[in-house]
Amino acid sequence: MKSEQLAWLIRRHGVEMTHLSKGSHIGAIFSVADIMAVLYADILKYDAENPGWDGRDRFLLSKGHAGAALYAALAECGFIDREELKTHYQNGSRLSGHVSHRVPGVDFSTGSLGHGLCVAAGRALAAKQDGKSFRSFAVIGDGECNEGSVWEAAQFANHYRLDNLVCIVDYNHMQSLDFCNNTLEVNMAQRWAGFGWNVIEIDGHDHNALRAALQSTANEGHKPTVVIANTVKGKGVSFMENDVLWHYRFPHDGWEYNCAVNELHAAMPEGVADPYTPDGCPEAQPEPDGCRHTVSETYHPTYYQREVDCK
Amino acid sequence: MRDTVIRELVNLAKEDKNIELITGDLGFGVLRPYWESVPNQFINAGIAEQNLTGVAAGMALEGKTVFTYSIANFPTLRCLEQIRNDCAYHKVNVNVICVGGGYVYGALGMSHHATEDIACLRALPEVAVICPGDPIEAGLAVRAIAKSGGTTYLRLGRGGEKRINTSLTDFVIGKAYQIRKAKDFSKKAAVFSTGAILEETALACDMLEELGIGVEQYSFPTVKPIDRETIADVARRFDHIFTVEEHNIVGGFGSAVAETVAELGERVKLHRLGINDFYCAEVGTQAYLRDVVGISARRIVESVGKAFE
Repeated sequence: MKSEQLAWLIRRHGVEMTHLSKGSHIGAIFSVADIMAVLYADILKYDAENPGWDGRDRFLLSKGHAGAALYAALAECGFIDREELKTHYQNGSRLSGHVSHRVPGVDFSTGSLGHGLCVAAGRALAAKQDGKSFRSFAVIGDGECNEGSVWEAAQFANHYRLDNLVCIVDYNHMQSLDFCNNTLEVNMAQRWAGFGWNVIEIDGHDHNALRAALQSTANEGHKPTVVIANTVKGKGVSFMENDVLWHYRFPHDGWEYNCAVNELHAAMPEGVADPYTPDGCPEAQPEPDGCRHTVSETYHPTYYQREVDCK
Repeated sequence: MRDTVIRELVNLAKEDKNIELITGDLGFGVLRPYWESVPNQFINAGIAEQNLTGVAAGMALEGKTVFTYSIANFPTLRCLEQIRNDCAYHKVNVNVICVGGGYVYGALGMSHHATEDIACLRALPEVAVICPGDPIEAGLAVRAIAKSGGTTYLRLGRGGEKRINTSLTDFVIGKAYQIRKAKDFSKKAAVFSTGAILEETALACDMLEELGIGVEQYSFPTVKPIDRETIADVARRFDHIFTVEEHNIVGGFGSAVAETVAELGERVKLHRLGINDFYCAEVGTQAYLRDVVGISARRIVESVGKAFE
């Protein structure tokens, strides 16, 4: 499957999973969708028939709240059944809101931020000691970079020259309550460079750029690599983009769900079938109150302006 | 105790190249024999315990048997969530070693008093909590936990503790060991302790016998899983059980015994000796602070004596 197709399916599954489960984090699922798609379509070595294959690249999604994006990728790559995606958040399911290692293809559970990069560094170090050639990947969030443990890991990985470690920052510029720069000033690339890493900054929705950045991360200084993937939170559905409300809100029945699905359909790549609504949804009218609860301009009118002010 | 453990770790590491020791920049003069003997199985992760513990989990996921090492509360409370989420939940073979359980670093101040660690670690599912009472128990415990597979907390005292449990040759996680049988006096009590307060407790038991109180003494190097059989057996035969720990009385060893005793329905009265739920702001040596909070031999004797007044 092409990465563009996989990315579309991750977004479509993401809409369905959060819709059915009334679950959060659609914004993060959309921002990380292209990263996940390129990793699973073109970069990671894995064997869906044998998830524990020792030669596999190690991957963990440290921003565990975007778990639906990982589960969707695993379903499309043959680790789990597509039907199982509908059990997300449900009683008795394996698919918890945050990433669970009970799911085939997942080695490590996350959900509390700032854990993943440390663990990925440990795996990279073990690979070096044992002469194994796999790479250890971690996708982390930009808000997650508030956590001190991320920088503990950053120091460690540089010191031990873990050039088999790849950290991808899903830099969607937003965190739980506000834009990152309004929360704690970021200086993302400078920080990682200051910690000694091999820094690559790209457009995180450009698949060619992602492939080019991730194909080989070998470098002369044997440094760990960070790919700072500039993304848009909620990317793919206009009214969810750059809107902190969609860190929490799920696409409700009616206008929200139908519009989200139809916007995805308008950008559907060739060779993909929508498993839920093959022909899209009927057009729906916005609610009479102007969907005050659907977009953050009315939800919290100052966000956009404050990000601009900050710069 | 700590030197015995490091000696045993060196032996283990030489036998198995998958043994790894990661320190949080501590162990000057203690870990040297280790890093000189097996330098390729040693990492100093710097003063960064969260990362240290996450790295340990990552290495253990790759098949290593990892020991993390630091002092006081740094390898436990500072990175409790990494122990919970990254190690215990994933059932990885990470063994957290704390040197300085209780008031070992007494005069260094409250930050260095490890007095709630047993309670915190005991509350984590899948984590065994081992607090050896003397160097014999400690040396045997290291070997046992390396083989046990899961996540374990090993709480040590310092260096130079007296050997009390001299006849012990086989260490089983979850088993209490009898130190002495009660003499046939009219007044009798059972005394349990965990960790390095064993030495002080043994001294108290000597004094109690001189006062005409027969004492059946046990060392509980494992707090979790607690030895229910021994507790049940003792509870049937005694009217008084005393627990002694160099730890807060909330949630620790005494609590573990209390939970078991309460479910037995025996008439035995349980007396928990430990730190009576306060932070110790006093400055002093371990011996001094033990006396202040009521777990020196003298104070243990006082507490037991009162039960027979």
